[in-house]
Amino acid sequence: MTSPTSHAAPRLAPGRIHWFGYASPQVFYPVAGRLIPWFAGAALVLAAIGLAIGFLVAPTDHQQGDAYRIIFVHVPAAWLSMLIYVAMAFWAGLGLVLNTRLSAMMARALAPTGALFTFLALWTGALWGRPTWGAWWVWDARLTSELLLLFLYVGFMALQAAIDDPVRGDKAGAVIALVGVINVPVIYFSVQWWNTLHQGASVSLRAAPSMATTMLAGMLVMTFALWAYAIAAVLARLRCIILERERGVAP
Amino acid sequence: MIWQTWNDFVAMGGYAPYVWGSVGATAAGVLLEVLALRARRRAALARNVLSKGRP
Repeated sequence: MTSPTSHAAPRLAPGRIHWFGYASPQVFYPVAGRLIPWFAGAALVLAAIGLAIGFLVAPTDHQQGDAYRIIFVHVPAAWLSMLIYVAMAFWAGLGLVLNTRLSAMMARALAPTGALFTFLALWTGALWGRPTWGAWWVWDARLTSELLLLFLYVGFMALQAAIDDPVRGDKAGAVIALVGVINVPVIYFSVQWWNTLHQGASVSLRAAPSMATTMLAGMLVMTFALWAYAIAAVLARLRCIILERERGVAP
Repeated sequence: MIWQTWNDFVAMGGYAPYVWGSVGATAAGVLLEVLALRARRRAALARNVLSKGRP
């Protein structure tokens, strides 16, 4: 990194943590490359443990039978769909305010993975709704606001894809991302604010969990597994975006 | 282990299409994303090599 080649990373003084240095795509590119295998490995190990707990150890539910096991993918996917949206809006907003290139790229990198998890939350929800409610889909507040989240992700990606100038695309996308973030608390609290068919929160910081310990453990381990996967996937996509937008950065 | 036989495990108490449809869709989604990312990285690297005029 110290060799003065034509496209070397900016030189940083040793012995200090350069927080703003990491905001440079050239510096972050190799850092992301080193982080990806760790997060991908953690995702594989955690998914193996989480699926073993959820499908081999956790008992059958006395009300829903084995259909409840959809929870081990449904809840992690739904949580991540909201979390990734908030992260995307944060980075898009930061890029809009500070004009930092990497922030806008991070927002672009988060969107497809967020859209995937939103789709999976809706898909697994439909497969859970059919045996328990008797309907694949209902226009209930929770389901409708989650569908709106999918449209926000798709709108963000479509708008950025439609604008040729990347910087203008970043700004236009940031506006959608920031306006749409209002929808996230609506999704989260929809089961409290409205009378919905969807069940209430399975886990709350204020109350004891309403489920068996092994069920809760399986759900949390699967959440961390998908979380680690999402970080690995987003970092991999961020590296692609850096390669596409900053020619001559990396090998 | 809560299952007596392999068939019990596969049957999921009669909810097999719903449970395996959910797990399978998640696995397929993750797999497709990984493949898409790999292809995108390859394409970006190839383009950068071309634009620099390196072999």
